[in-house]
Amino acid sequence: MKLKTVILAGTALAFAGSTAMAKDMTIVSWGGAYQASQKAAYADPYVAENPDINVIWDESSNEAVAKLRAMNEAGNITWDLVDVVASDAIRLCDEGLALEIDPDTDLADAPDGTKASEDFGDLLVSECFIPQIVYSTTFGYRSDVAEWNGKEPDDICDVFDLETFPGKRSLEKRPINNMEWALLCDGVPKEEVYNVLETEEGQDRAFKKLDSIKDNVVWWSAGAETPQLLADKEVVIGSTYNGRLFSLIEEQDQPVKMLWDAQVFDLDGWIIPAGLPEDRLAMVKDFVKYATDTQRLADQAKYISYGPARKSSAPLVGKHADLGIEMAPHMPTDPNNAKNTFLYNYEWWADYRDDIDAKFQAWLAQ
Amino acid sequence: MSDTHAGEVLTTQDGKPLKVALAKALRREKLRALALIAPLLIFVLLTFVAPIVDMLFRSVENGIVEETLPKTVVALQEWDPTSGTVPDEAVFVALYDDMAVAVEEKTHTRLGSRLNYEASGISSLFRKTGRGIKRMDEAGPFKEQFIDLDKDWGTVETWQVLKRFSPRYTPGYFLNAFDAQQTANGIELKPEDERIYMYLFGRTLFLSVAITVSCLLLGYPIAYLLSALPLRSSNLLMILVLLPFWTSLLVRTSAWKVLLQQQGVINDFLVWTGIISDAGRLVMINNQTGTIIAMTHILLPFMILPLYSVMKTISPSYVRAAKSLGANDWTAFWRVYFPQTIPGIGAGAVLVFILSIGYYITPELVGGTSGIFISNRIAYHISSSLNWGLGAALGTLLLVAVLVLFVVYDKIVGIDNVKLG
Repeated sequence: MKLKTVILAGTALAFAGSTAMAKDMTIVSWGGAYQASQKAAYADPYVAENPDINVIWDESSNEAVAKLRAMNEAGNITWDLVDVVASDAIRLCDEGLALEIDPDTDLADAPDGTKASEDFGDLLVSECFIPQIVYSTTFGYRSDVAEWNGKEPDDICDVFDLETFPGKRSLEKRPINNMEWALLCDGVPKEEVYNVLETEEGQDRAFKKLDSIKDNVVWWSAGAETPQLLADKEVVIGSTYNGRLFSLIEEQDQPVKMLWDAQVFDLDGWIIPAGLPEDRLAMVKDFVKYATDTQRLADQAKYISYGPARKSSAPLVGKHADLGIEMAPHMPTDPNNAKNTFLYNYEWWADYRDDIDAKFQAWLAQ
Repeated sequence: MSDTHAGEVLTTQDGKPLKVALAKALRREKLRALALIAPLLIFVLLTFVAPIVDMLFRSVENGIVEETLPKTVVALQEWDPTSGTVPDEAVFVALYDDMAVAVEEKTHTRLGSRLNYEASGISSLFRKTGRGIKRMDEAGPFKEQFIDLDKDWGTVETWQVLKRFSPRYTPGYFLNAFDAQQTANGIELKPEDERIYMYLFGRTLFLSVAITVSCLLLGYPIAYLLSALPLRSSNLLMILVLLPFWTSLLVRTSAWKVLLQQQGVINDFLVWTGIISDAGRLVMINNQTGTIIAMTHILLPFMILPLYSVMKTISPSYVRAAKSLGANDWTAFWRVYFPQTIPGIGAGAVLVFILSIGYYITPELVGGTSGIFISNRIAYHISSSLNWGLGAALGTLLLVAVLVLFVVYDKIVGIDNVKLG
């Protein structure tokens, strides 16, 4: 009898406690090492300071745009904060599915008092987008290919050079980046690429260049594929996100090296879904302000080799949390790696994506 | 009780006509039966039929233009798209009013991304106009101001697209799904380098047939063995058939990757035995071969199980009788045994074919570029490009194709001739 009362009381207490105190916050991210770095750098320290918040992780970022649209149509937004790439943030903002923010009031100033809008600078590519990291899509190659006779690729156009560097390549199964690289290696100057790509002839030119290696390409759709293909010796050169190559090279110790030439910068960051009720919005805004301050963004680089989006975070980047190696030389933004970079034009692709994608898919299927 | 005379209506004891009473009783029974299945019926309607109908409806629905730019749509009715000139000031006045409201409600960019499916560049046109509209002089004239803001407002093509897609319902998505488009000169096929969907439909059908046939060729002997072996060994065999069935789809597909890739187990073995040279390693994955092999393996149980359950019911005495009457092994099989298994073949083939025609994940993983299905494009439009209208149109076509094939199948084989057990 007594035991039963204790159990009952205990359950009642626990129940009351969980409903009255803990506030759930659903954060959507990409899963894997990237989400782990966010958890370690932002969420865990935040929850330690705010024990009444209970963070729930969802790994749906790759279909976030479609799901947010469906939630919006159903009138039931179950997500509080969503991690998306910049182009998706622009689309969500266009569709009215993401909340517009004011960087200077919603985000923390840098330690020296610089306003957030200045600290993030050009990376605030949309009114709804709160940048976290700069990552790049770049190439990795195997350093033990006998047929290459000791030569190693150091130029983006070596990807298209089957004579000096025979073997299979892996490229992403979408036109973005591939079309730009093809034009660059077909002799188009960097600043002309999008003007050329806008024309029918320019698109044909890019496809023709890609045709020259088409039979030697394995097309990937998930970022983990290229590291796997490189490790299996299925391909000798492959494009993927630089963080994936970092873990292949440094954590898994594979004979693979980075080809940083003409790496394409892209951004990843938060958006807050439009239409959240007041109390949840206040909770999320508080978290975002904390999670995107200078120290937190620098902390994230301890766990993954992506560059922090704030200028003020760069000097604070330290060593890898487990490997103990300096992280700065592995950042895509490091001056040694960023000698020749390419900037992905969001607005241009927002306009031409539908059209070029149809052509790209038709070209692939031929 | 007197005899019943012709023409006299039969009645129950309380004087009602028997026919009416019977109908009433039957109706009550039907209602009761309906009430019994009602929970399931409502569940299926709400969670299955309604969402599908709603999704299919999106393939023609196009209210967004009229809702976002109501005045412009009305004003555009006067304008002749073949005139070769840009609409006059009245239309631009309406556009200004509409855009001012749309920017306030942030719906203009949504319309921009919708119209961008039809003509590249409209997305940024609307975004740019949205930013510039507040700076415009409210007194007008608006035509010059809009063209100043973005020269695309001064081109006839922009207005033709706007006019063509102003009705509430549009055939545009379906035309797209047929690799066609509406132009100023009517409906015509897209340029050759943009045609893809009809090709993919054809490939999906071809690969599905190939997968069904290879499932049948592999599954028939196994099913026969299952039904013919003594219980103990056939049970073991059955577990071997079901084991992959219970294994995760992704695990099985990834396993095929390990086996089939160029540096994979099979190629390594062939090189080791000297059958092929190291330079001549076979390409068995990221193409149609990979899709057919992996999907045959995954769908095989759906062929074996119906075949087995039909074969189990065939008495061995028929074949014995045929043989005792002088038939050789082949004749006994082909003339006596095989015809009895046709219901199982029918059931298995329909199951495998319909499952494979809508398959998505395996082709995506092992299909490369030549082994992907139409469903991969549907998934792309639903989750990546957000062109739900086109996704819905492609989905509708796929559904119609399956239904047509089903009817054809019914005409040739007969749907009664299908047996699942």
